[in-house]
Amino acid sequence: MDVICPDATQNAPRRGAMSPFLDRRVFLRRGAQLALALPVAAQAGPALAAASDAGAIDAHGAHTDPGPATLDAPSQGVAGAGFSNYGMPAAAERRVIRLTGSNRDVPGNGVSWTPLESLEGILTPSGLHFERHHNGVPQVDPQQFKLTLHGLVARPLRFDLAALLRYPLQSRLLFVECGGNSNAGWHAEPMQKPAGSVHGLVSCSEWTGVPLRLLLAEAGVDPRASWVIASGLDAAATEVSLPLAKLQGDALLALYQNGERLRAENGYPLRLILPGWEGVTQIKWLHRLEVTDRPVMSRNETAQYSELRPDGRADQFTFVMGPKSLITSPSFGQHLPAPGVYEVRGLAWSGHGAVAAVEVSADGGRNWSLARLEPPVLDRCFTRFRAAWRWDGKPAVLQSRVRDTHGNVQPGRAALVAERGRNGYFHYNAIVSWAVDADGVLSHVYV
Amino acid sequence: MSAQPCLGVTRVPARKRYVLRRWLLLGLSCAGLLACSAVRPPVVAAGWLQAGSTPALGWSVSSQQLATLRPAIYPDGHGLPPGQGLAGNGARLYATQCASCHGAQGEGGTAPELVGGEGPLTRPDADKTLLTYWPYATTLFDTVARSMPPAAPGHLSADQLYALCAWLLERNGLWPADTPLDATGLASVRMPNRAGFIAHRPTDGP
Ligand code: HEC
Repeated sequence: MDVICPDATQNAPRRGAMSPFLDRRVFLRRGAQLALALPVAAQAGPALAAASDAGAIDAHGAHTDPGPATLDAPSQGVAGAGFSNYGMPAAAERRVIRLTGSNRDVPGNGVSWTPLESLEGILTPSGLHFERHHNGVPQVDPQQFKLTLHGLVARPLRFDLAALLRYPLQSRLLFVECGGNSNAGWHAEPMQKPAGSVHGLVSCSEWTGVPLRLLLAEAGVDPRASWVIASGLDAAATEVSLPLAKLQGDALLALYQNGERLRAENGYPLRLILPGWEGVTQIKWLHRLEVTDRPVMSRNETAQYSELRPDGRADQFTFVMGPKSLITSPSFGQHLPAPGVYEVRGLAWSGHGAVAAVEVSADGGRNWSLARLEPPVLDRCFTRFRAAWRWDGKPAVLQSRVRDTHGNVQPGRAALVAERGRNGYFHYNAIVSWAVDADGVLSHVYV
Repeated sequence: MSAQPCLGVTRVPARKRYVLRRWLLLGLSCAGLLACSAVRPPVVAAGWLQAGSTPALGWSVSSQQLATLRPAIYPDGHGLPPGQGLAGNGARLYATQCASCHGAQGEGGTAPELVGGEGPLTRPDADKTLLTYWPYATTLFDTVARSMPPAAPGHLSADQLYALCAWLLERNGLWPADTPLDATGLASVRMPNRAGFIAHRPTDGP
């Protein structure tokens, strides 16, 4: 079945022998039994492989614990470690980090990827939020900082942080995705890297800030105005032109990320948040907003972040990130130790709105079943999806595809390449395929 | 009236106290819109706008202050500074300030190529360069002015910038070697891919 069913409710999970995806009700009823039989099903990715060393299976199908015979250990018999002013991940988890890559001659020019395959839920820890820097992280003195709002306005205004912090605040859970995320998907061969190292230029946070329209209203926008030029305080002085309507709409001047003030690398002390739009528009270290009647045509809206089409022309100002989903577990680099029931877990999002439905396939897209969307399912935010899958030990190809509340459907790779060629570079949102071989080893494939 | 715990105000500069007072009065008149955490933030924001007034805590900016801001540089040359430069001077500057990353002749290295590029853009492995892809020469000036060289961005003078642009454009066959480049000249350069872009205006979403 190649055509994506626009209404996933008509595309109900296939029951019986056909579908390797378990009906949710069935899965829940048999849940305890399955969990006993296959404790691996409840484990996160890397543990999938580790569990293969577990003990033997007894007559009731339960594993016998290969650990020490004595279970009752009220304490470790020694004093605990000290506590601290600011918590860090558990020592054993400190390898869950961003993969970074930068220019040899300009160390501050590079990216860091969120390790999506190692995370759960929908929120990205602030320290693991992806980055794209053009020339390093500026150290901004909050005492000196001011935001200047000028151009085609009746009253040019400057705001310091104390003033901004006294405006009404709004908090929203929103993803931010780099326009260049997943661009390895355009390569002729599938990249054999973990999910986050290819698709991890996307993260999701709670952003809290001042609705920008309040400040624009105070400044008094000239009726001739239609664009706003936003500039950052980074060493590359990143600058982009943005349609005024978006800035008078849902734009936020973010001061807080996940409850605390912004991290330096995420724009401290002030960054623009434009729900659903590509990351480059969400200017970090924002210090200047100039209201104008036309775009300035900066490098980042002409030479970069434009999409070359097969006909040789390029689409410009393609701000909205399309619908996208990705199975994070099982995914590349993980290993299924034995046939049995696994939870297929992933993330879905769309810059147009909320996630309406996610479907999963275990046969490379011939048959699809609905995945369960875990609340909250929010506008322009990560949505976590889950599906119970029985692996029969035979080769399989796992895929997910999302439909958003505006009816946009994530395309297959062949369809995307047929439509947009391979030189667009930005806004790659095709279905991702993970092949499982008979040994349970996961790899990245194109289908 | 104790505003402190509610507003998180720790220190009110003297010159702003009157503004704060105005704001607080407004808050009361907005019938509880300021009721802190009890009110959903979007409601507060809408309320402020509906009330026809917002906190108004910005400083006004004088035209003298505005004049110190670096102007935005537009394709028609608006915002370009006075000054001029010759390709020959640009070649010398390029060799010392840019070549280490962009290649001796601009052919690229650890940084993108700045001279040349194989057309057409319909090739399966299209070559998107200054020559083949960039729609405006003003963007070249602006990019170098604000961000290059990376170790000391923003320090090149207008004359140096015009000279560097003159050399890069000359190498790409877009400017004569013996003519000084200035604001008018730069805005007059017609880049080969000038008409290659389709500007979208997103209609969905706010
Ligand atoms: C230390 C290395 C280095 C030096 C020296 C350097 N650049 Fe760059 N330049 C870069 C890097 C890296 C980029 C890519 C920046 C990015 O993508 O964020 C770049 C980008 C550019 C671009 C945009 C190219 C494109 O295709 O998008 C131009 C134009 C440019 N540099 C001009 C210059 C000029 C002129 C000089 C000398 C005054 C210079 N650079 C010196 C590293 C350097």
